[in-house]
Formats: sequence, C-alpha cells, structure tokens
Amino acid sequence: MNDIEKRLLEKLTGLHKMPSGAFNIRKNGTPLARESEKDIEIIPKKKKSGIDIIIKDGVQNKSVHIPVIITVGGLDDLVYNDFYIGENCNVLIVAGCGIHNNTCKTSMHNGIHSFKVGKNSFVKYVEKHVGEGNGSGGKVLNPVTRVTLSEGASMEIETLQLEGVTSTVRKTFAKLYDNAKLKINENILTTLDQTARTDFKVDLLGKNSSVEVVSHSVAKDNSYQIFKSNLVGKNECFGHVECDGIITDNARIVSIPMIDAIDSNASLVHEAAIGKIAGDELVKLMTLGLSKEEAENKIIEGFLIG
Amino acid sequence: MLKITNLNYSVLEKDSKKDILKDINIEFNSGKTYCITGPNGSGKSTLVKIIIGILRQTDGNIVFDGKDISNLEIDQRANLGISFAFQKPVTFKGLKVRDLLDIASGKKNDFSSVCSYLSEVGLCAKDYINRYIDDNLSGGELKRIEIAMALARKCKLNIFDEPEAGIDLWSFDNLTELFSNLKDCCNIIVSHQRKILEMADCIVLLKDGVIEKVGTLSELEPYLQKPTCARLAR
Repeated sequence: MNDIEKRLLEKLTGLHKMPSGAFNIRKNGTPLARESEKDIEIIPKKKKSGIDIIIKDGVQNKSVHIPVIITVGGLDDLVYNDFYIGENCNVLIVAGCGIHNNTCKTSMHNGIHSFKVGKNSFVKYVEKHVGEGNGSGGKVLNPVTRVTLSEGASMEIETLQLEGVTSTVRKTFAKLYDNAKLKINENILTTLDQTARTDFKVDLLGKNSSVEVVSHSVAKDNSYQIFKSNLVGKNECFGHVECDGIITDNARIVSIPMIDAIDSNASLVHEAAIGKIAGDELVKLMTLGLSKEEAENKIIEGFLIG
Repeated sequence: MLKITNLNYSVLEKDSKKDILKDINIEFNSGKTYCITGPNGSGKSTLVKIIIGILRQTDGNIVFDGKDISNLEIDQRANLGISFAFQKPVTFKGLKVRDLLDIASGKKNDFSSVCSYLSEVGLCAKDYINRYIDDNLSGGELKRIEIAMALARKCKLNIFDEPEAGIDLWSFDNLTELFSNLKDCCNIIVSHQRKILEMADCIVLLKDGVIEKVGTLSELEPYLQKPTCARLAR
C-alpha cells in the first residue's frame, strides 16, 4: 500500500498496519487482502461481488475488519457483504469506506451489508466514511445495512462521516425479535454543497425488543441533510429516536419522524432539535480563552465525536 | 489592576431607555478579595458580565493591567488573565469534564493534574474526569466543576458570580476557605452570603445600578442592615 492508502486505512480502522484477526480489504473494486480465522470464515461470493462472513457459535472478543479503499476516479463499486453471526457471540466488526479522488470523475461505493445475529449474541459494528482529494469528481457513499436480531441478541452500530463525502444516501433496516436490543449512534458532518440522506426503518417484532437511535448532524455552508426515521412497534416494545442537528451558514437539516405503535403496548418516542450552536456554549468557551471559531469547532467536535 | 471609569449601561425597554448601571467608578487591586453585593436587580451580575465582555457598556472605560479592554472580545480579555465562573453553569452535548479542564488550563492534563483541580472543589477525579458536562450532573456538581475550571486558568483576576448558589453537599466552609487561599491575584465575588462578605477585604454595595458604598464589612454594616438589604445581614 502507498501512503495515501495507508492513511485512508488508518482513518477507517485506526490501525497503522494490517488488522489482526479476520479481515478483508477491498481496493478500487477488487480484493486486496483477506484473512480468515479458525472460527471466523470469510468466503468470496461466487455470483456477485462481495463476501460472506461466517462467525461460529460462541466466538468471544474477536474482531473482523472489512475496510474499502478507493483511490481512483470514475469507479462505481457495488459490493454485498453478508454476516452470519452464530449464537452467544461477542464480536467487533469494523467497516467503512475511504475515497481519495484527485480526478474530475465521480467515484462511488455502494456497500450492501446484512447482519443475521444469532440468539444472545452481541455485535458492535463501527462504520466510518471518509472523502478526500482535490479533484472536482464526487466522492459518493451509499451504504445499506440490513439487520436481523434473533431472540436476546443485541447490536450497537456506530457510524461516523466527517467532511469530504459529497453525497450519501444511508439506509438502515432492522427487524428485532424477542428481547433483542439495537442501539444506533449516527454522526454526520457535511460542508460546502454536500448532501446526506439517512433512512431508518426498524420493525420491533418481538416482546421486550428495544431500539435507540441517536443521530447527531452538523451541516455547514450550503450543505443539506435529511433524516428520516420510521419505528414500527408490533409487540410490547420500546423505541426512542433522537435527532439533534447543528446548522451554520446557509445549511439546512430536515428531520422527518414516523412512529407507529401497531401494538397498544408499544412505547415509541421521537425527539428532534435543530438549530445554531447555543450562544451560551460559545460564550462559556470564549471565557476560557478560545476564539469564537475555535469554540465552534470544539463544540462541533464534541457533538460529533463525544 | 482593574479600573472602571464613568461606566454606564442602559437598555431599551418598551421604546424607552432604562439605566441598569449608572456612573460606575471603582478600582480593584491585586492581592485583594472584593465582594459585590446588593439587592436583586441592583446590577451586580451585569457589572461582572461587562468586565468579562459578555455585555458591552453603553459608555465608559475598563482598564486591566494598564490596557484599555473596553472594546475587546471575551476571549481577548480571558487571554489577558481574567477568569469567570458563571452563576448558572453552561452544559454541553458531547464535552467532558476533562475537555473543559484542558481548555481552561491551556494544556493536555494528565490524571494527577485533573485530580488536583477537582479535589480543590471536593470532587474525586476518577468519578468525574470522563463525565459529560450535561444535565446528568446535579446543579451542585456543575457548580463545583465551574469553579474548578475558573481556578484551573490561574488568572490574575478571578470573577465568581454567586459561587455559593446551588452548592449542595460540599460545605460552605470549604468554598470560603478556597477563596481565602487565592493569594497574589484579585478576586471579585458577587454574593449575598454573609460568610463571603466576612472573608472579603472590601465590599462594594450596589443599589439601583449605583455604587452606594465601598468599604470593609464593619464600615458597611449599617448600610447592609437597611430594610432593602435586610437579607444580606442574615
């Protein structure tokens, strides 16, 4: 890997070298490196682009890294990654895509991920998206995440998209069975003329299933974000969606909530707040010696990364 | 150290001018602790907010360490060596106690430094260092962290706006002892509390936007016992 590729990999995974454990690195639409483990198998799909990741029952405290790197313009990459996670597992999955585009042609990555999580398993899924490069070509990322949580399974999804991605449409669909728990933290920053659209649809099918979605969005300059969530409670369940947005300049954030308690024992909540950075937060940091710009950046950094 | 000359502050209220502070002239000196007191609505908080730059005076001058700071921004005044603890601490989404103490002290603090800042206000660092400064902290905890931040700046001029308000389990004696130990700097404390009045070297009594009297507690005692200031004497 060259320096650009290494830097992208580090931004996506936090690692300076090849990940330990099972991994699959995809570069410019083709596999770059792959490693399976005894109880985590990564198998390339035969009829379409992508991989199956099979994690056996009882796998504990293991990780899987599947980053994607794009360093050319004009690429339209579509990949299907299907995770089959056994029962009683505890695993970390790190994914994401980094595009470095110095050309005038748009590069695009469409990552379609599905997760079938077995009974009583826990999965933490971290997905980062990065766009960089000086070319006028777009850096487009359109992830789709489909989650099925079996009885007693739980999953935490953390997504982070900082500056540089010109356009994104993120779709997440989830089905939760009895006692399943899903937690999603989404953090997006858009600048310039960038756009970001997020769609969540969560079906709470099982008794005592629960979902918590927290979206923190910052839109600067002329950028535009739209957040759409749809929680459907079909049993005795709990769902909470929180959309917090900070806007600066001429940016715009739209939040469209939908909560549908089909079962009368479903408890569903939606909260949304969009506005400028609170004046008292800026003033407080300025009394500690930060300039207005430094204070804004610090507040946004904390808001997105925490 | 801090000299305020001919300072006035007025606001427009229902199309008519309302004077909040009138012809304020006062000097605060290094090594002394001052208590600004007076009835509610007398202009105490307004005066300190003008000193820190949150509000801008209608006219008049503020000179700090020989430099005219009347038209400087909040951060410029802060960086000259003025710290300010808010009466009502500000909460954030996503900033932790550690982050704010790092900003306040101007450096990346290790655990022992954070420990020393927080122990001054009676908090245990390991319980608070990674806590978010949000509504999950009690009013008393937020207040103590606010004071710790102001002290972490190690400024020449420390201003505390009603520091005792909301202080819960932490005893009031600890707070006054903390202020008593702040030597070699100038401290201005806005307060109604008798114990703070007692520890101050000098008391500034504001009433209806005017400095009514400046002096020691014994000199001001008769004024504090006037009916309008009755609760100050309690």
